[in-house]
Amino acid sequence: MHELSIALSIIECASEEATRHGGKITAVHLRLGRLSGVVKDALLFAYDLACEGTPLVGSRLLIEEVPVVVFCSQCDAERELASIQSFCCPVCGALTPDVVHGRELELVALELGVLEMNHEDHAATAATD
Amino acid sequence: MKTMPRLPRLIEVRKNVLKQNDLLARALRERFREAGVFVVSIVSSPGSGKTTLLEKTLTQFRCECRVAALVGDLATDNDAARLARTEVPVKQITTGTVCHLEAAMIEHALEGWNLAALDCLFIENVGNLVCPSSYDLGEDLRLTLMSVTEGEDKPLKYPTIFNSADAAVITKIDLAAAVEFDSKVAYQSIQSVRPGMQVFELSAKSGQGMDEWLQFLRRTRDQG
Repeated sequence: MHELSIALSIIECASEEATRHGGKITAVHLRLGRLSGVVKDALLFAYDLACEGTPLVGSRLLIEEVPVVVFCSQCDAERELASIQSFCCPVCGALTPDVVHGRELELVALELGVLEMNHEDHAATAATD
Repeated sequence: MKTMPRLPRLIEVRKNVLKQNDLLARALRERFREAGVFVVSIVSSPGSGKTTLLEKTLTQFRCECRVAALVGDLATDNDAARLARTEVPVKQITTGTVCHLEAAMIEHALEGWNLAALDCLFIENVGNLVCPSSYDLGEDLRLTLMSVTEGEDKPLKYPTIFNSADAAVITKIDLAAAVEFDSKVAYQSIQSVRPGMQVFELSAKSGQGMDEWLQFLRRTRDQG
């Protein structure tokens, strides 16, 4: 179960980008390949935990699962595999070792929301702490 | 002074989440290439025989080239102690709660080692057939091991790790008859998740199949 490590990497990546653009991250869009070695549900669970105590707390992780696409040299075409247990062309049955898609673990986009506080509010909060 | 509230917006990023690891792995690969070190990483489930295979491989390789090993485990330095008996430089990487090796751990473990004084480096990953598949370690060759006692369908249960490997090794072949292991079925399972992958059957204990295995390593190293 390395999804917690992955979740921490996502938060790190997203935070870097958010700093460049400014604003609070409300959602993170991720593309997750079926050959990435990362389990979607475990990642969603780990993400919420990993966000605690970071500026991303309360943000949503939106995962787009990417199927495995291979190149079939017999058909000279890209084919989507129904199962990662069987790397053969669904059309002609040829063996297809060449993976085109499916290893993705990619941060695609961030949703940056309305800033919750302005500087005066920050100062006021700090003073009452 | 009040800041104006900003409207929600979508920022396109397109960034590999493991970029940090991949960049480090790329830098390591470059360092290995410049120093002329051939790097082999080994993954398998716990108890498949990684350390025994490595012990026998190091014993043979130390007569032919300058070889060293890094070995990853959650806890203990037992494996490093075992491998140190082969009298090659060995370093244990204790990961604590982390279930896999990452490029940064390799970089850290190599501190103090002169890569130019090595020809070959073996990296034994933490026993785990799931997590190591996501992390590039800068290796030239990644091997996935399975022992005959684990069942012929292991590759179908863990397709990602077998798909990420360059070659597969079936270990403990001396026990095949006792556990009614069907090599043909295992071979089919491997080919199904990684067509064309080379498969070796061996017993590090009895020595069966070790010659072909060592020959393959030498060939791959020399091609590098």
